[in-house]
Amino acid sequence: MSIAKNFFEIFSLPASWEIDHSVLDKKFRTLQLTFHPDRYANKNDFEKRLAVQTASTINQAYETLSSPLLRAQYLLKLEGFDADQESHITSDGQFLMQQMVLREALSDVKDCANPKDALVSLSIEAQQAAAKIQADFAQYFNTKEYNQAFDALAKMQFACKFVSDISSLEAELEEL
Amino acid sequence: MALLQISEPGQSPQPHQRKYAVGIDLGTTNSLVATVRSGSADILPDEQGRNLLPSVVHYETEGVSCVGYEAAGHNSSDPLNTLTSIKRLMGRGIGDIKRLGNSLPYDFAADDGGMPKIKTAHGPVSPIQVSAEILRKLAGRAELAFEGMLDGAVITVPAYFDEAQRQATKDAATLAGIKVLRLLNEPTAAAIAYGLDAEENEDTSAQRLIAVYDLGGGTFDISILRLSKGVFEVLATGGDSALGGDDLDHAIANWLCSELGMTHDLDPVEQRVLLETAKCAKEELTESDKVELDILDAKLVLTKDQLHELVDSLIDQTLSACKRAIRDAGVKINQIEEVVLVGGSTRMPRVGQKVAELFDRQPKCSLDPDLVVAMGAAKQAEVLIGNKSADDMLLLDVIPLSLGIETMGGLTEKLIHRNTTIPVAKAQEFTTFKDGQTAMSIHVVQGDRELVSDCRSLARFELRGIPPMVAGSAKIQVSYQVDADGLLNVSARELSSGVESSIEVKPSYGLTDNEITQMLQDSFSHARDDMRLRALREQQVEADRMLEDLRAAIDKDGESLLDTTELKCLQVALDELQVLRESCDDHRQLANQIESIGKSSEDFAARRMDVSIKQALAGLSLDEALDK
Repeated sequence: MSIAKNFFEIFSLPASWEIDHSVLDKKFRTLQLTFHPDRYANKNDFEKRLAVQTASTINQAYETLSSPLLRAQYLLKLEGFDADQESHITSDGQFLMQQMVLREALSDVKDCANPKDALVSLSIEAQQAAAKIQADFAQYFNTKEYNQAFDALAKMQFACKFVSDISSLEAELEEL
Repeated sequence: MALLQISEPGQSPQPHQRKYAVGIDLGTTNSLVATVRSGSADILPDEQGRNLLPSVVHYETEGVSCVGYEAAGHNSSDPLNTLTSIKRLMGRGIGDIKRLGNSLPYDFAADDGGMPKIKTAHGPVSPIQVSAEILRKLAGRAELAFEGMLDGAVITVPAYFDEAQRQATKDAATLAGIKVLRLLNEPTAAAIAYGLDAEENEDTSAQRLIAVYDLGGGTFDISILRLSKGVFEVLATGGDSALGGDDLDHAIANWLCSELGMTHDLDPVEQRVLLETAKCAKEELTESDKVELDILDAKLVLTKDQLHELVDSLIDQTLSACKRAIRDAGVKINQIEEVVLVGGSTRMPRVGQKVAELFDRQPKCSLDPDLVVAMGAAKQAEVLIGNKSADDMLLLDVIPLSLGIETMGGLTEKLIHRNTTIPVAKAQEFTTFKDGQTAMSIHVVQGDRELVSDCRSLARFELRGIPPMVAGSAKIQVSYQVDADGLLNVSARELSSGVESSIEVKPSYGLTDNEITQMLQDSFSHARDDMRLRALREQQVEADRMLEDLRAAIDKDGESLLDTTELKCLQVALDELQVLRESCDDHRQLANQIESIGKSSEDFAARRMDVSIKQALAGLSLDEALDK
């Protein structure tokens, strides 16, 4: 489909890491107000089908640009680095060590005297680490050092997985 | 306030131009139908003025004897032929039903497809047929009120209904001869009915977070929504499509059973008596602190505290689901500004009390929790049928459960994660496992667990004709497309050869298209003629739409977006369609012409979409400029 040229173009936004979420949200709603299949309820079947495809693309574009990880991945893909195709593992020893320490802390949480508090402080630490990696990515990407940016992306994947594991454990603790 | 419109003398809109649309709440215990009249959503009552229709169907040898209140009257005397809570069986397989245990006092007959059928005096009937009877009765109420045909309906489903349950609901509507404008999630319908998007919201760009807690007879839903004027955006949804007021009744009935020392297997009549007593006890205890029960020649007392002990663990399950949905929505519980209670079972004070504790605020329940879903559905039906301008309302809903595919080792690979905004399309590439492999079996599943065996199996199909290659070198792209009703289409393609295979997912426990057609034919007295006329009428409407849409599009963009040859071809094809529309009485011929024009104008449509995307955003930047 022709509108799938570039997720940034769909929203008339420049392809950059920095994004104004309130503008993105507003543009997303404006586009869906025009293209959501509900708007095509009285049109013929072909237009309906096209509306479903267009609205799907808009949703996917919005999801991609809204999430830091997906946006970083997409930006690099536009520059020819496809994280879906080639897997890359960072060789940054300090980073890997930090991740191991965090992982160990996570597996010890359940044995703490107060697991919920332990998890909260771990979660803060993990989010700070994630923010730091994002800042690194931004710097490398903006200066077109794509190899380093690609390395930062690999770290970002680590960090995101860790944040989501924290949230799963949080859910588990709540249900006890 | 909006100004009322009055048309020019002699040009009043023809009466037939107004279309009749309704919202239908197809509930576990009760069902309702509502429509918008003079701007407000009204429930359409039966001839005796009753709003609810008990979701009960009674069968006798010749077939359905009655639906609703009258059917409910047979509950204790003829339990095996009086079908209640049928919604719990929609889209379920025999295996699921065994898991629901003895809560359903019916005799089941397995059919070849694994879809359960209930044995009645009339013979085995499927849950879809039973639901169709209820829908037909509701459509009858509407046609009585409109003194005419119903043009379409929005039917509500629990937000947590999976693909199979949604498809079963849509099939039931087809069987009842109702055109489904949209399947709408119940909590979203409730939010529309309350008009929560506009409330206390002077700043038009303000956003609010709300939670809708919906505990019905047999299902529980929680939805977290972000509202800004006119836009209802579901951020996350959760729940349990097999937990509801019925289960609270069962908990009480089990207690009665043990208090009475009944250890033998209960017969269906005893089961019904226990359940009825439990239901009454639950209702009495909303007002008083204890209730005396006369049951099967014994006297028992149930206090409010005892009741709480019996039901609290069930209510706590709903609260866990709330917490999960809030987490999925990526918000904090104290950011939620409003909690709305929906569903008959929220009448139980204990439920409201526990919800208030969790959210730390008093929930809202100013609209009747039994009626609110149907009212919201009626409002959306009015927009979708085209009676009301759509400019001021938009619903962005999500899928409740992840959609995936089976990979080696019985593992699930998720293609679309739960709580993704719909419509949505995702594609992923897979490859072959063996050298020279020429076919691949695609198994579509729904659920959030890692193992395929823990997820619901939706469909299986095969891609054949893959050119023989070394293992791992074929590239098979599997695409999932979920539409705005939450229904799934899957296609698979081998990229080097272009071999393609696709399937509209028909759940393992649903009806096939042929079965539906057969049943529809059976239900018409002059089956064949009626079917043909109906099909022709449908194609004529489609032809009219296409002619109108494309001619308008040509007027507007024909010169700028089409070259002379393209324009000429399209115009000739449209003229041919116009002639066929007037003269032809074979629906298939008409359908073929529509199909061919649709295909040849796809590029034109896509170009117009591109242009209008730019226009939509251009309008926005202008607004922004003006704001500053």
